[in-house]
Amino acid sequence: MILLKLFWEFFKTGLFAIGGGMATVPFLQEISAKTGWYTASQLADMIAVSESTPGPMGVNMATYVGYTVGSQELGGPVMGVLAAIIATLGLITPSIIVIMIVAYFLKRFRDSKLVDATLYGLRPASVALISAAGVDIVLIAVLRVESIYKIAQAALSWKALVLAAAVYGATHVKKLKGLHPIWFIAASAVLGVVLKMA
Amino acid sequence: MKEFLDLYFTFFKLGAVTFGGGYAMLPILQREVVEKKHWATEEELVDYYAIGQCTPGVIAVNVATFIGRKYRGILGGILTTLGVVSPSVIIISIIAAVINNFADILWVQNALGGIRVCVCVFIFNSVVKLFHSAVKDKATLAIYLVLFAAAVFFNFSPIYSVIIAGVLGLVFTKMGVRGK
Repeated sequence: MILLKLFWEFFKTGLFAIGGGMATVPFLQEISAKTGWYTASQLADMIAVSESTPGPMGVNMATYVGYTVGSQELGGPVMGVLAAIIATLGLITPSIIVIMIVAYFLKRFRDSKLVDATLYGLRPASVALISAAGVDIVLIAVLRVESIYKIAQAALSWKALVLAAAVYGATHVKKLKGLHPIWFIAASAVLGVVLKMA
Repeated sequence: MKEFLDLYFTFFKLGAVTFGGGYAMLPILQREVVEKKHWATEEELVDYYAIGQCTPGVIAVNVATFIGRKYRGILGGILTTLGVVSPSVIIISIIAAVINNFADILWVQNALGGIRVCVCVFIFNSVVKLFHSAVKDKATLAIYLVLFAAAVFFNFSPIYSVIIAGVLGLVFTKMGVRGK
């Protein structure tokens, strides 16, 4: 049953997440809130791993969530791998169906005013959802509260603020800008250990 | 048979060597698929990317499906797609098993604490980049602000947000408020 539900949740994610890897994050947050299969901090870890390993980020996220759900809910690495495969298949099935159809009408799709008008509305929605997902992760990682309504209890961690400022600065310095995300993640991990950021 | 295996393994290789998916895959696709295998032309590849980023799902997966379908029909499209995702399943399963098993160790928790902060900055950076290409006038700013608030304060379902935004795109275009 869990495997079926996993497939269905990722099928919906694949169908509604438009515009690349980060766009899947809000949907994965909703799945987490709905099912309790994994926590919001686990999701943040998944983003870090998905960005620093080969393969499309959205696919990596699906695999990671699938593995976590399978190994925790059903037990063991074998179920983990099975669930990882199911989640990934769920994510890519709508793509395959939609692309097969679109490929048929390729020219008309590309020049369609209807498609263009829909995308005009979808693009800001996609950014809005990613921004909101970012807010949720900031709440957990920097402010240490589970929801925006508990913001009054936020324990603002100066260590987290300093680290955030440092990473922001580093990703905007000309010389470091082009570096692969894995280096920033590795440096943050080291600083996390040094500053005891758990 | 050999051609189908070739499709699968070429895209397996692409999935294994590209970090970040989507656009990171473009130069490798140009070399492998256009120049070496001649499965698609340069122009077709550009079309596939343009459409792949505005159709549902992961861009790299969409482009892979396009190329496989063009070269060997539906089965070809399925094989390229399975090829491009296979390395992720293998690599991530291994990493997830390791991290989930060691997540209770204190220094691992400390490292993850640092990494989560880094992820916040990554998301912020990609939001800034995307914002400029998506929010261009008052109508798109309104869509952005309303859906952002709905998601943050009311946990509004992202699926409904996407559906509403698509409809609003059509309505605003029809009303002629675009670009104002």
